[in-house]
Amino acid sequence: MDANIIIKLKNVNFYYGENRALTDITMNYRKNKVTALIGPSGCGKSTLLRLLNRMNDLIDGTRVEGEILYEDKNIYSPDLDPVEIRRKIGMVFQKPNPFPKTIYNNIAYGPKLNRVGSANLDELVEQSLKQAVLWDEVKDILNQSAMNLSGGQQQRLCIARALAMKPDILLMDEPTSALDPISTAKIEELVEELKKVYTIIIVTHNMQQAARISDETAFFYLGNLIEYNKTEKIFTKPDVKQTEDYITGRFG
Amino acid sequence: MNRKTKEIFIKYIFFVFALVAIIVLAMIVFSLFREGLPIFRQVSVKDFLFGMEWYPTYDPPYFGIFPLIVGSFIVTIMATLIAVPLGVLAAIYISEIAPRVIKEILKSVIELLAGLPSVVLGFFGMVVIAPILQNVFDLPTGLNIVNASMILALMAIPTISSISEDALYAVPQEFKEASYALGATKFETIAKVILPAALSGVTTAVMLGMARAIGETMVVLMVAGGAAAIPESIFDSVRPMTASIAAEMGETPYRSLHYHALFATGMVLFFLTLTFNLIADHVSNKFKQTGSATL
Ligand SMILES: Nc1ncnc2c1ncn2[C@@H]1O[C@H](COP(=O)(O)OP(=O)(O)OP(=O)(O)O)[C@@H](O)[C@H]1O
Ligand SMILES: [Mg+2]
Repeated sequence: MDANIIIKLKNVNFYYGENRALTDITMNYRKNKVTALIGPSGCGKSTLLRLLNRMNDLIDGTRVEGEILYEDKNIYSPDLDPVEIRRKIGMVFQKPNPFPKTIYNNIAYGPKLNRVGSANLDELVEQSLKQAVLWDEVKDILNQSAMNLSGGQQQRLCIARALAMKPDILLMDEPTSALDPISTAKIEELVEELKKVYTIIIVTHNMQQAARISDETAFFYLGNLIEYNKTEKIFTKPDVKQTEDYITGRFG
Repeated sequence: MNRKTKEIFIKYIFFVFALVAIIVLAMIVFSLFREGLPIFRQVSVKDFLFGMEWYPTYDPPYFGIFPLIVGSFIVTIMATLIAVPLGVLAAIYISEIAPRVIKEILKSVIELLAGLPSVVLGFFGMVVIAPILQNVFDLPTGLNIVNASMILALMAIPTISSISEDALYAVPQEFKEASYALGATKFETIAKVILPAALSGVTTAVMLGMARAIGETMVVLMVAGGAAAIPESIFDSVRPMTASIAAEMGETPYRSLHYHALFATGMVLFFLTLTFNLIADHVSNKFKQTGSATL
């Protein structure tokens, strides 16, 4: 396998009960790159993202076919523990969802599940908050409830919380869709910074955002992968007419 | 009638019904105090509440209800110690763990338990539990604190479990997803996220369960044994306030001292249940405002 490839999907189908939400997806994600998943609502972007850290396991009646290889191991093989996978592949959700705990305890939550060796928790908390560019804003209120932060701060807290697990990959499902332009810009800068260390896969409905922050872009339609290429190529000379129509807003 | 007058009309109907409920309640409280307060012309509040002797029919009579208060508290506390773990665990199991079929069965069983008349439960305590206790522990009587606590726990479990269950269901799915996405197992998620987030509701459930236990009459009348003395062991008999009132009220002459003393006991009970309910209310409000943020 190409050393630059961190996740490999081979002929993946996914079903909610009888309904097929993803059809025959084959694609590779490259290490230390930002990959954007775009496409109209309901095309299966979130489903695909949640497939990568086995969050779909939590929904009854779902079924996966095909192979998803992470570091050459099929993450759906029965001897792999989903809990282990989720530690390696972190996730940030569309709606900021801090726990109703203190800021400190939000960050410390994952590491404290004591399967992560954390010699110095305080240091880890500080480091994670700094990585998420939130430290300066919260360093004096670490013992206050995370629920009192603004939406943008909460989302950066959620990013810091995911980073505290020291994952390899960060999955982000429309992380800025609930935020104002300034918070959005902050998170975009952050993604730029984070890709030096992490592999990032991000779902977005914002075309400018995909163009700005991603290296590669995948366009989905009705559960099919229509086109997958370098972001520059997708946004300047897409091969498929559908992609062009979607990007230019002539869709429908 | 046009729409406007109709709305006003409906509004007043609701107002009248609410008013009737409040007036009836006020009248009950008023008569409780009117019949209860006269005892304090004969007995001081301190002697009444902390007196060790309850001999209402002696000459001269003694009206010290301390043993009755202790009796009420001890069965309530022990019932709580039994009912809280069982009720809360049942709620967690039902809301988070059980497969659908088992969940439905369990819920029906608990509803059934809630629907059992207390006299039936009391009867069960008398004819089933009492002989077992008596034989196993070699006691003079099986009608005692342990027996009463067990039956009261059975009555409090449905209250505790169903209110806790609602609180657990109300924990947003997002919290659970966040926890799983950080590599938490189901049990870690339950213990560290779901339960803390539902804590106010669970606490309310416990307080209401306790209020239910302390106010329960039939069961303690049947299985607590009826001894108006401070117990020395959990296998002693006690006479909780409710049992005392129910057992003696029929035999007291109207507006005798004994009669007033029983009403005053009712006042004490009223203040206790009121306190439980206020605490439950306060806890749920307080947590609603701040979240269980500092946990
Ligand atoms: N929990 C679920 N149970 C059943 N079907 C689901 C579930 N979640 C999603 N689906 C279906 O799967 C398909 C893909 O949904 P998905 O949420 O992945 O779309 P999406 O591309 O993320 O859309 P959006 O941009 O609106 O977030 C949709 O048809 C949706 O109805
Ligand atoms: Mg989505």
